Amino acid sequence: MPPEQAATPESSPKPWGATIPRRRLLRMLGLGALSVAPMSVLPELLRTVGPGRPVEPVDGPRKPATTRDGRIRQWTMIIDLRSCDGCQSVGGPPRCTAACIEGHLAPEPMEWIEVYEQELAGDGTRFVPTPCQQCQNPPCVNVCPVGATFSTPEGTVLIDQDRCIGCRICMAACPYDRRFFNWGEPPIPPAALLADYSAEHQVPARKGTVMKCDFCPDMARAGTLPYCVQACPNDAIYYGDLEEDIATNGRVVVAASRFLAENDAFRQREELGTKPRVYYIPGHGEAVGRDVFTPGRAPAEWPWTEIVDGAQPWQR
Amino acid sequence: MAALSGWQERLEETALAPVRRTSRRFWALVAAEVAILAWGLYAYSFQLRDGLVVTGMRDRISWGLYIATFVFFIGISHAGTLISAILRVSQARWRTPVTRIAEFITVVALICGAAFVVIDLGRPDRVLFVFIYGRWQSPIIWDVLAITTYLTASIVYLFVPMIPDLALFRDSLKGRTSRWRAWLYRTLAIGWNGNVGQRRSLAAAIGVLMILIMPIAVSVHTVVSWIFAMTLRVPWNSALFGAFFVAGAIFSGIAILIVVMAILRRAYKLHEYVTEKQFLYLGYLLAAFAAIMIYANINELLIHGYKLEEGAGFHLRQLFLNDFAPLFWFYLIGGLFGPIAIVLFPATRNTRGIVAAAILVTVAMWIERYVIVVSGLRVPLMPYAPADYAPTWVEWSILAGGLALFALLITLFTKLFPIIAVWEVAEDHEATVSAFEVTSPAVPEMPAPSGGTYS
Repeated sequence: MPPEQAATPESSPKPWGATIPRRRLLRMLGLGALSVAPMSVLPELLRTVGPGRPVEPVDGPRKPATTRDGRIRQWTMIIDLRSCDGCQSVGGPPRCTAACIEGHLAPEPMEWIEVYEQELAGDGTRFVPTPCQQCQNPPCVNVCPVGATFSTPEGTVLIDQDRCIGCRICMAACPYDRRFFNWGEPPIPPAALLADYSAEHQVPARKGTVMKCDFCPDMARAGTLPYCVQACPNDAIYYGDLEEDIATNGRVVVAASRFLAENDAFRQREELGTKPRVYYIPGHGEAVGRDVFTPGRAPAEWPWTEIVDGAQPWQR
Repeated sequence: MAALSGWQERLEETALAPVRRTSRRFWALVAAEVAILAWGLYAYSFQLRDGLVVTGMRDRISWGLYIATFVFFIGISHAGTLISAILRVSQARWRTPVTRIAEFITVVALICGAAFVVIDLGRPDRVLFVFIYGRWQSPIIWDVLAITTYLTASIVYLFVPMIPDLALFRDSLKGRTSRWRAWLYRTLAIGWNGNVGQRRSLAAAIGVLMILIMPIAVSVHTVVSWIFAMTLRVPWNSALFGAFFVAGAIFSGIAILIVVMAILRRAYKLHEYVTEKQFLYLGYLLAAFAAIMIYANINELLIHGYKLEEGAGFHLRQLFLNDFAPLFWFYLIGGLFGPIAIVLFPATRNTRGIVAAAILVTVAMWIERYVIVVSGLRVPLMPYAPADYAPTWVEWSILAGGLALFALLITLFTKLFPIIAVWEVAEDHEATVSAFEVTSPAVPEMPAPSGGTYS
C-alpha cells in the first residue's frame, strides 16, 4: 500500500477534507448545470440586444383598411364556379393566373392562383381557381418559427420575405399546397429593383424565401380590385368585405352573406378546421356554357420573365 | 493486491495508448475523412451560390434528404442516453466499458444533426433569426430549445464522469506530451485529486445528471416528431408519432453504438474490456427495440390502412407497392425482422452477427427517416399529379460530408480523451473481485480512480 494513502482525508476528522479543489469542482459542476438553464431565456436575451426590429410579427406596413365608421375590413373572396370554365372558351392560360403572374412579377413556376381541375362525382370535371385560402386558423402561421408569416387584422395571411429564413415548415403545414419557394435566384426586372418592398405586394422576390397569394390588400385599400378579379373574363371572382357584408366582381355588387347562403357556398376542405376566407359557389362552368365532359386547360405562362436577362426558372 | 494493481496498470495503459502512439493508419483515416468532408463543403458551396435549386426538392416535396438526415442524427444521439443514463440507473455493470464511447456519439451526433437543419435553410444567413424573433408557437423553436438543451446537457454529462480520467491523463502524461495538451488536461481535470469529498460530489453530480438527461432525451425526439405531426398531412397525422420516433431513436442509437464499438475495439485493441458480452447484451436490446418498432409500425399502418381515409390508400400503396416499396420492404425485413432473427439463432448470435445486424439497422433507420419525410409530403393535397423527388449529387455529397464529419469528430475525440471510463471500469472490477474475496476490508477501499495523490 502506498504511504500517501494513509494521509488521505478519509482518516481526518473533517470527513470531506476541507480542500479548495472540491469547491472548485462543485463550482464547475454548478456552472455546467447553469449553462443549460439560460437556453429558455436566450431568445428573450437576444431580442433585447438584437436589431431594432419589432418583436411581434409586422402588421403590414400600413394601418388596416376600415369602413367609414371605423370598423376594420375583413377581406373575402367568393369564387362562382358556375362561371368558371378554366378559360377554355377564351383560349390560352387561365386569365386570373396570367394577370396575377404579370401583376406580381411572380417567378416561374409559381401560380399564386392556380386553376385546379377537379374530378366530379360520377364523371367529368370542374375548374377550381385556388388562391391562398386566407385561413382564420392558419396552419402556416402557427408553425412559422420567426413570425415571417402572420395574420393581419384584415383577416389575411402575409409573408415578410425580409424575415423568412426558408425553413419551409409552412409549406409542409399548408393543406392547400398554396405556398411557393424561391428555390433559385428569382428573375427581377430592372424596374422592380427600385420598388418599395412590401409584404402586401412581394416585389422584388427574394431568393430562399417563401411566397404566396397576398390577397392584394394594397389594391383594395386604393379602391381597385385584385388582378385576378379584374382579369376574369366571366366575372366569376368576387372580392369584398365581410365586415360591411359586401362583395363585387367589378360588374355587380352583392350582399356577401345572402349571396353565400342562397347559393350553397362551401369552403375547401372545411373538415380541417382552417376556416378559410375564400368561398366557392358550386358549379362547373354551366353559366358560361361549358360542357362538364370537356377536360383540360392551357398551362400557365410567365411571359414577363422574357424581359429579364438570364432568368433561370426551375421545375414545379 | 498485486494482481489488482497490475490489472489497473494495464487498464490505464490501454486507455492511454491512443494518446501515446499515433499510427500512420490513423492519419490515413483522418485524411480520408477530411477529404470527404471537403467534398461535401465543395458541394455546399454550389448550394450557397445558387440556392436550394441545386437539390431535388421543389414546392410539393419541399423537404428531403437533409431533413431525413437531421432526424437520423438526432436519433442516433440517443445512444449515450440509453447506455449511460438508463442503464446506469438500472445498475447494469456490463455497460461501463462502453459508456464513454456512447457519450461521444451523443455529442457528435447532435452537432452533426443540428448542422443539417442549417444546411436545409433557404436563408442560412438568417439562422440567428430563430433566437431574435423566435415564436414559442412553432415546433421548430421547440426543436431549437430541445436540441440546444440536450447538447449542453450531454456535453456536461460527457464531461463530468470524465474528470477523474482527465486527471489520470494529466498525471500520467506530465512532461511527456505537448504543452497545449498538458494545459488541456490540467484545465479540464479542474483540480481533481480523488479524495473522498470530490468522489462524493462526483457521485452526486452524476446521480442528478443521469436522471435529468432522460426526460430531456425523450422530449428531444418527441418534438422532432412534432415537426411532422403538427401538420395537416395524413401520413404524419398520428398521436403515436412522438413515442414512435423516440423508440426509433434508441433503436438506431444502439445500432450505431455497436458499430462504433466494433471499430474502436479493433483499432485500439480493447478486447479485454469490450468483450462479446457487451455485444450480446446490446444485441438483445437491439432485438427488443426491433420488436417495439414492429409493434409501432403495425399500430401506425393498421390504423391508417383499416379506415383508408382520404390519402391513406395512396400512402400505403406508395409504401408497399410503388415508389418506396424497395426501401420500405428493406426497412421492414432487413431492419426490423433481420436483427431479431440474427439474435434468435445461436449460429449468428455472436459479435460478428450482431455487428452485421447493427449495420443493417443503421442503414434501415436512415431509410425509415427518409421514407417518413418524403412519402409524407408526396401524398397529393389537391387535384394534382403526385410529385417526385430524387436527391441530386449535391445532396448525396453533403450527406457523405456529414457522415464524414461524424466519423472525423469521433476519430479526433479518441485521440484526445480517454475512450474507456477507466475509474468506472476499475470500480466495477474491484466490486467483482472483492465479491469473491472473503477477507474484504472493514472499510471498503475504493480503487484509485486516477493518478492523483495515489501515484
